[in-house]
Amino acid sequence: MKNFNSLGFTLAMAMASAMSSLSYAGAEDDPLLSYVAIDQLEKGLESDDPTSFSVQAWVGYDMDKIWLKTSGEYQNSDEQDLEVQALYSHAVAPYWDMQMGLRRDIKPSPSRDWLVLGFQGLAPYFFDIDGTFFVGEKGQTAIRLGIEQEWLITQKLILTPEFEVNAYGKSDDELNMGSGLTDINAGLRLKYEITRKFAPYIGIDWSKKFGATADIARHDGGSVSNSQFVMGVTAWF
Amino acid sequence: MTISKPSHEKLNKSSSGTVLSRRQFVFGASAMLALTTIPFSKNAFASAISQSLTQLSGKVFDLSIDYKTVNFTGTPARATVINQLFPGPLLRWKEGETVTLRVKNNLDHDSSLHWHGMILPTEMDGVPGLSFAGIKPGDTFEYTFPIKQSGTYWYHSHSGFQEQTGAYGAIVIDPKEADPVVFDREHVIMLSDWSDEAPETIYANLKKQSDYYNYSERTTSDLFSDIKKQGLVNTWRARSMWNQERMSDRDISDVTGATYTYLMNGNSPAQPWQALFKQGEKVRLRFINSSAMTIFDVRIPGLKMTVVASDGQNVQPITIDEFRMGVAETYDVIVEPKMEDAYCIFVQSIDRSGYTLGNFTSDEMFTAKIPDMDPMPILGHGDMGMNMEGMDHSKMAMGSDSMSGMEGMDHSQMAMGSGSMAGMEGMEGMDHSQSNTVIPTLGLAGYGSNNEIKHLESENGPQVDMQSGMPQSGLNDPGIGLRDHQANYNRKVLTYADLKGLHPTHDKRQPTREIQLHLTGNMNRYMWSINGINFADSAPLELAYNERVRITLVNDTMMIHPMHLHGVWSELETGDPDYIPRKHTVMVQPGSKISYLVTADALGQWAYHCHLLYHMPGMFRKVVIK
Ligand SMILES: [Cu+2]
Repeated sequence: MKNFNSLGFTLAMAMASAMSSLSYAGAEDDPLLSYVAIDQLEKGLESDDPTSFSVQAWVGYDMDKIWLKTSGEYQNSDEQDLEVQALYSHAVAPYWDMQMGLRRDIKPSPSRDWLVLGFQGLAPYFFDIDGTFFVGEKGQTAIRLGIEQEWLITQKLILTPEFEVNAYGKSDDELNMGSGLTDINAGLRLKYEITRKFAPYIGIDWSKKFGATADIARHDGGSVSNSQFVMGVTAWF
Repeated sequence: MTISKPSHEKLNKSSSGTVLSRRQFVFGASAMLALTTIPFSKNAFASAISQSLTQLSGKVFDLSIDYKTVNFTGTPARATVINQLFPGPLLRWKEGETVTLRVKNNLDHDSSLHWHGMILPTEMDGVPGLSFAGIKPGDTFEYTFPIKQSGTYWYHSHSGFQEQTGAYGAIVIDPKEADPVVFDREHVIMLSDWSDEAPETIYANLKKQSDYYNYSERTTSDLFSDIKKQGLVNTWRARSMWNQERMSDRDISDVTGATYTYLMNGNSPAQPWQALFKQGEKVRLRFINSSAMTIFDVRIPGLKMTVVASDGQNVQPITIDEFRMGVAETYDVIVEPKMEDAYCIFVQSIDRSGYTLGNFTSDEMFTAKIPDMDPMPILGHGDMGMNMEGMDHSKMAMGSDSMSGMEGMDHSQMAMGSGSMAGMEGMEGMDHSQSNTVIPTLGLAGYGSNNEIKHLESENGPQVDMQSGMPQSGLNDPGIGLRDHQANYNRKVLTYADLKGLHPTHDKRQPTREIQLHLTGNMNRYMWSINGINFADSAPLELAYNERVRITLVNDTMMIHPMHLHGVWSELETGDPDYIPRKHTVMVQPGSKISYLVTADALGQWAYHCHLLYHMPGMFRKVVIK
């Protein structure tokens, strides 16, 4: 069960579910499960602040899953971001999954396609880490590292600091992207879990562009750093 | 290595203060009283008091498994019931007879009933896929087997997660000969956990977020109070291992009072079960933990309990204030309320997220005061099988191997010589430190394992998040959350080391081999296994017919696993080879090891598994005796 292509994976999933129905215990050890998490669905408090979302979903078993990750932002019809990733994920260590697949940046246009190789898991001291390496269709490369932690103020009131950094190997003029460190995003959200599966939150979000990307933004008269108060909900099922 | 034989004629004080040998005490009393005391049927009072168990007796039983709507929380939910009863009927059998049980499945899924703790032919054991094909919807299966034992047992569905939804009932078997336990009245007390959520939902929630039901995690306010109390450095130190290991020292129960309502004989604490006694009576309470996931701590404030049986088998009486019940274990205790009064049978879940209770009273008008729950246990590094606390790090140079088993030992006693240490768990470790040339040998029957702890290659992988380097003995330890009860509350808590069989050990042979099994898992992924291999990928464990084998269980997780071996007895090695207690379910404490002997005298295929319902699908082995 180590190396899977997607066909092999599908077959294995079908086999596993057929076999598990024979389980002597009667209860399935490793049932096919699905999961959809709206990690963020939020709006800035100022009227011209963007609305943004980040959703992850998977279907699969303990060791092998198909993941979908999507995130996007909408400010006005000119300023939109929408990215989708489809990944095959395999458990490689007690706390780590390797993930590979495809990413398409649908907005802004023109769209870009990437190959994705990533790892996701829980680092010591309970840091949730999502690290990804991308190779673009024109040979561009990019890395993204996301780190998140949960601080329990009470059992239901939870403060979540998070941090994301992006870097690109090559500039992409059409998308106003310079090479090198492009941007950093940091957020602090305070959520109240009404149930484990549903929590409204308030927070602050701060982002800053760097290097050539920042120069391009400046040149275009855009802002290099941006901070906003946000309100949103997080939910999963 | 020397182990001095402990005296077989240890003396016990009887309640009247006269010194008698232990067995004389019990048999002596029974010889005098057995003829004059007829065990009471508890059902004489059933109609007068709260919802109690309905008893069926005889040799032929018709049972049906159905869905039924119940309401324990204010919300109606679907239960799986036997003969429309929740819990199912109490089956009263007589040792030496043969019973026939016609079980009709009215569910729309396969079902089964397993007679937990019964020594019976494999095809009557009721485990789908191992003993029989299961009972198809609409079908009736006829179980028939001779009863070769007496005591308190129970039965439950072994199909799917039906056990969580109510498919269980009690079994009481009256002995053929006079009962060595003397009592005037008895009550059967079935403990369980109920959730309005479907068990499949609970399981899926745990797979998606393993701490889904844990509302006792550390918070930042804990952090500040810890820093205030012990300073920043000590707080950091105390937490850093947990943080590095990505584990929680508050990870006590997977499923908690956040979804569970704890029940006593099917009564919620909001409408407690009530049982009567008459002043001066000896009352036998037969406790059964028939929950899916909950380990319970039992006490009756104001009353001493004398444990007389464990898992249906008589043990030498031991008087205690409190005991812990793993899922599927049974304990019989005798209580003697001296006054007209009401007592609370108080049963708290191990993680203190809830409790159930009974009103044990001499008068229906009396209601006992409900005690407070004890503080929630917090796991220590010892529960991870690495006892770093208070350890002299200079000694680490000896190599971790030589330290195994030494933890918790008073080093000042080392000078007393090995003779006085006889029978103490942990001797193995010392042996190693004295010589590196010791060939692994089998420890003597009754004293437990001598062997090195070996983690197999199969334990490495995403499915296992922890290995105990230095597992402690699971014998003398009352367990997490109970360790300080003697000191803090002056409550004597039962430990496995206190259990000695009432009857002499049946099979006195030495074990000819030892099987070391590691209970493994990944809490975060909610995967459970044995030796790192889940049931679906495992090969059966083979035992030769009639062999005497030692099974040593090493717990490489931070949860207690109540391990249940079907078909044969698990003879727990508590240090007295002549009076080894027989159990069907043995709790293995976090980061600990424990050993028992098995006489493989039952041909066929048997199940061996953790009795926590949501661990069982993975932490399961087929055992073949041939
Ligand atoms: Cu378990």
